[in-house]
Amino acid sequence: MSSATTAPAQAGANKNLHGPGSTIHVQTRNERPASFNLSDFEPVTGREVDWKLTPVAALADLLDATIDGAELTIDSTSNGSASVSWVSMSNDAVGLAGVPEDRASSIAWSSTENALLIDVSADDVSEVSVNRSGLGLAPRAAHTVIRVAPFAKTTVVLTSEGQASLSENVEIIAGESSQVTVISLQEWASDSRHLATHFIRADKNASVTHTVVSLSGAIVRVNPQTRLAGEGSSVNMLGLYFADSGEHLEQQVFVNHEAAQTKSRVNYKGALQGQGARTVWIGDVLIGPHAVGTDSYEQNRNLVLTEGTRADSIPNLEIKTGDIAGAGHASATGRFDDEQLFYLQARGIDEATARQLVVRGFLNEIVQQIPVASIAQRIELALDRELEGIA
Amino acid sequence: MAVLEIRDLHVSVETDQGTRQILRGVDLTICSGETHAIMGPNGSGKSTLAYTIAGHPRYTVDSGSITLDGADVLEMSVDERAKAGLFLAMQYPVEIPGVTVSNFLRTAKTAIEGTAPALRQWVGDVKTAMTNLKMDSSFTERNVNEGFSGGEKKRHEILQLELLKPQIAVLDETDSGLDVDALKIVSEGVNRAKENTGLGVLLITHYTRILRYIKPDFVHVFVAGKVAEQGGPELADRLEAEGYDRYVEATA
Ligand SMILES: Nc1ncnc2c1ncn2[C@@H]1O[C@H](COP(=O)(O)OP(=O)(O)O)[C@@H](O)[C@H]1O
Ligand SMILES: [Mg+2]
Repeated sequence: MSSATTAPAQAGANKNLHGPGSTIHVQTRNERPASFNLSDFEPVTGREVDWKLTPVAALADLLDATIDGAELTIDSTSNGSASVSWVSMSNDAVGLAGVPEDRASSIAWSSTENALLIDVSADDVSEVSVNRSGLGLAPRAAHTVIRVAPFAKTTVVLTSEGQASLSENVEIIAGESSQVTVISLQEWASDSRHLATHFIRADKNASVTHTVVSLSGAIVRVNPQTRLAGEGSSVNMLGLYFADSGEHLEQQVFVNHEAAQTKSRVNYKGALQGQGARTVWIGDVLIGPHAVGTDSYEQNRNLVLTEGTRADSIPNLEIKTGDIAGAGHASATGRFDDEQLFYLQARGIDEATARQLVVRGFLNEIVQQIPVASIAQRIELALDRELEGIA
Repeated sequence: MAVLEIRDLHVSVETDQGTRQILRGVDLTICSGETHAIMGPNGSGKSTLAYTIAGHPRYTVDSGSITLDGADVLEMSVDERAKAGLFLAMQYPVEIPGVTVSNFLRTAKTAIEGTAPALRQWVGDVKTAMTNLKMDSSFTERNVNEGFSGGEKKRHEILQLELLKPQIAVLDETDSGLDVDALKIVSEGVNRAKENTGLGVLLITHYTRILRYIKPDFVHVFVAGKVAEQGGPELADRLEAEGYDRYVEATA
């Protein structure tokens, strides 16, 4: 694929592999302020490293002061013995996975009255789904905690639709040897705005799969960060986004390899179509001084379907120990490949169908890894709808 | 009975250094059941001819005509040409990530036929064709051309030829990069298609070795963008012995 982005995107393909012992410093991610106190965060100007690619002017009401933090109306289902309940923000389940690192997250944290706690007890196997819809366009704050006890196995699907101006934090605590799958699907109305931070903490030998799917909304910024806190823990962070005209879809992904023998994979894929379609992917990986034996790879690929779009793709890798198994990253943003279209058309396939095949094929790598069939299907249908317009 | 007629075809391509003429008056007539070998040195314009027949957007037809049973091929879009019965086995088949061979073949067959093939029959046909081409059944779950070896790519092209059943096929250096075994398997596939469907073949090659397995009725020597000489199979033998020097010197 050829390059088709404007600066500062990573034009074309770039692939870097860092073998054991190499050290590169791109950015010192862990020196960012982290605090539960809103007063510790300066007002957002849009010049900050974590806000400079975000349309902050259109987010002023979510970045200024505390907002409505009343309980959201949600629909939830649960099988297995997982419990879903509202608890006070002073509950000891809150604050286990992370500390706010930006002003939006801090405002949401201090505004929220009660947190939604999804509690999975030890050795339990369960599936939980939570849907938020019809929240309205007035600013709202929310907090969700997914706490999975040791040796449990759980899948949590968080879906969002309709109108919203939502700023939220999601904490995911994966206890020792637990297997946790979380899917966050954003299919908001076209005038919705959504700022989210997902804090993931993986304890010893825990295995987490975290997927962010953003299909629509005016501004959707979902920043998942994982602390591989326990030895032998692993995370697979997946993302899929499809930005149409006028949509800003952003994700800042952070993996912090704190403990030894930890493994991370990050794979985000996005498509852009239409005037002003905008995506941002920033992928930070920090391999800490104790994280010997780390195995890490992150990649982001964007497919540009029309003129007038912009995709930023910025991978950062910081290694503070010499003894790792491997770390690498790849980033590519490319146009539709006309040779692929020609090949398919030369087999009788019309142009519109050929384009759909190519785009769906490109995104398939992520869709195929979504373990909940109904969600995979929902994504495929949404993609079909998006792609009807591109011929 | 199909007839592909190419008349006084002039084709150019836009390059960084400006417009470049490649084909300079090609005349060819290929009928169902006939096999025409086009032989020529590298850079003589063979692939350009193949791509132009298939309708690749990079090539501009400056003058001349291509018709299939009288219908104007140059007026047709790429997919319309395929639906009309033309097929191009590409010299460099393109990778399509995330699209499985199985999905691709079914989509193409559906497009060409206008309706989806009956599932059971189709699965059987694919299986038989793959067995004939000595392709492992796991092949259908791989992504189109992704990570295929050179030989696998060419077999996959011939698999499509056998399943899509065109009237006229252009094979662009299908022999290049194949070892003897693969060359035989691929040639058998072409010969089966000829036998089963009365396929007309335009066999583009640089070397004579594939002509041992696919017997041409006509041989055309292609030099500097046009046919420099034509004859029967004996012309291929002469090229084998003498090479292209005689023609290249004549045009230089
Ligand atoms: N897309 C293109 N852009 C620039 N030059 C081209 C292009 N396609 C073909 N050519 C040139 O036209 C000539 C014929 O090429 P081609 O048709 O590929 O020949 P052959 O298949 O006989 O080797 C060559 O000199 C080649 O470099
Ligand atoms: Mg060629």
